[in-house]
Amino acid sequence: MPKVVTDIICPFCGTLCDDIECTVSDDNKTILSVKNACAIGAEKFNHQKLPGRVTRPRMRQADGSFKEVSYDEAIDWTAKMLVASKKTLMYGWASTSCQAMSIGHEIAEKVGGIVDNCATVCHGSSLIAIEDVGVPSCTLGEVKNRADRVIFWGCNPAHAHPRHMSRYSIFPRGFFTVKGHKGRKIYVVDCRYTDTAKCADTFIQVQQGYDYELLNAFRTAARGESLPDTVGGVPKEKIYEVVAELKEGRFGIIFFGMGLTHTMGRNHNIDIAINLTRDMNDFTKFSIMAMRGHWNVTGSGQVLGWQYGFPYAVDLSRRDQARHQTGETTSVDLLVRNEVEACFYIATDPGAHFPVDAMISSSKKPTVTVDPHINCTTEISDIHIPVAMVGVETGGCAYRMDNVPIETRKVVDAPEGMLTDEELLTRINKRVDELMAAGGA
Amino acid sequence: MEKKIKLNLITCRTIQQGVGMEAGKTSQKYFDACTIIQMHPDDFKRLGAWKNTNVRVSSSVGSVIVKAVETREDLVPGLAHIPMGPWANRIVPAYTYSTGEPCFKGIPIEVEVAMNEPIMSSIDVLKDACGLSRK
Repeated sequence: MPKVVTDIICPFCGTLCDDIECTVSDDNKTILSVKNACAIGAEKFNHQKLPGRVTRPRMRQADGSFKEVSYDEAIDWTAKMLVASKKTLMYGWASTSCQAMSIGHEIAEKVGGIVDNCATVCHGSSLIAIEDVGVPSCTLGEVKNRADRVIFWGCNPAHAHPRHMSRYSIFPRGFFTVKGHKGRKIYVVDCRYTDTAKCADTFIQVQQGYDYELLNAFRTAARGESLPDTVGGVPKEKIYEVVAELKEGRFGIIFFGMGLTHTMGRNHNIDIAINLTRDMNDFTKFSIMAMRGHWNVTGSGQVLGWQYGFPYAVDLSRRDQARHQTGETTSVDLLVRNEVEACFYIATDPGAHFPVDAMISSSKKPTVTVDPHINCTTEISDIHIPVAMVGVETGGCAYRMDNVPIETRKVVDAPEGMLTDEELLTRINKRVDELMAAGGA
Repeated sequence: MEKKIKLNLITCRTIQQGVGMEAGKTSQKYFDACTIIQMHPDDFKRLGAWKNTNVRVSSSVGSVIVKAVETREDLVPGLAHIPMGPWANRIVPAYTYSTGEPCFKGIPIEVEVAMNEPIMSSIDVLKDACGLSRK
């Protein structure tokens, strides 16, 4: 008799929806159906049962083909690579649990690795700005219960965080927002008329790359100063009108995404968005939040933060101190400048998401990729170690985009004999210890 | 003489790209979702191309073949969009302005019709760049 597992945490995006229901087969091995998840989340759960899944580590041969090896062989090869390399890039961590990260960082301390997470190509700019000017933020629960002015700036939750709008930001009825969508004014600022913009009361089409100027104009308008006729393609009348409406709200929130962090200005765009939020607090209550994309990337920032004081790109290669310098210890820069000797990728796919020049450099180095599935990176790695899917086949702690930790649930059993991230990293850690005790470093 | 047009490129997530990615990086869904460039109808006219024609997109770091399509998420003329993935990243400059973030948005590109050129698979497009393609 199939059973229903309720209150499952979705392991796809930073929204961490916690109301997923799965019907699971009698033997606890297959997910038969998924309820409440978005299209992407449902696909994530359904992927568990796809035929052709790799269940044992694979090693690349000289001719480019892969042969199956045992976990022991793969762990030994990985530990030897880590010990031999003076500087290893240990990148990823965003789709694994905080417990696994912690073990990974222990290995990095021993072998002198550089630990970096997906924020480096995502919200890294936001983290620089937050380090610079702080961040007046809140939880998603407060947004649901209080926010009546919601701004989406350079983000498109309809595509990237599909249930964000229905669970927290646009449609839900909350304690002080009993009218739901009707009680909120929604603003979308983007260079495209996105699907999110179609839900907005006001769409502000900014010229691509002119976000800093427009944010500056919002600050100017909020202080009642004069503006030029248009800023970033937006007429000044519209800016004054929107700012006046924002001031009338009881609680405002700015959600921002890659439209600010990837365009020219990077951290300065976020810097001024945070300063706009601060200015708006002279008139009403206002908050700002980064739309963290990759599931537990926030958790990686948290764990690195409390262990070393920096949220990403932490260089532990000096062994006795942790260093962080954007542009120097960030993954893409390290790879492009050929400054690492080996690469260890876990729970991510830089092959698909790093610029090609970084991957050309990476492909010339000894590489181990730990991922439940075949992806672009596994195919150019020396070893691919498959593991159980965190959030589906094993539990663990993850952080939502508003920095709320949530314990995820195991839904089904992993394929027979497959290790979890935690088990794998613990064994690599042990093997590293043995090699170092034998004088390997 | 084939016509070339200059555009400003952004790369972003789309829900189809997300679904394809979770279905598997080697899946048809992922291929269909990411091997496209979305352009404004005016730019199709400037290029002299039909919808759903293969085009070569070039930037300062390289070029890639994708299919030119129209979009329901309206663009302004001169702005184009390729969903994030290994195809888009063939033409994304790795320079980070000391922030760690490459230029994923606001890339100057040139587009030309390449009707008979095939689109590579996700693995091949990366292996080809890294010189790991099996001949």
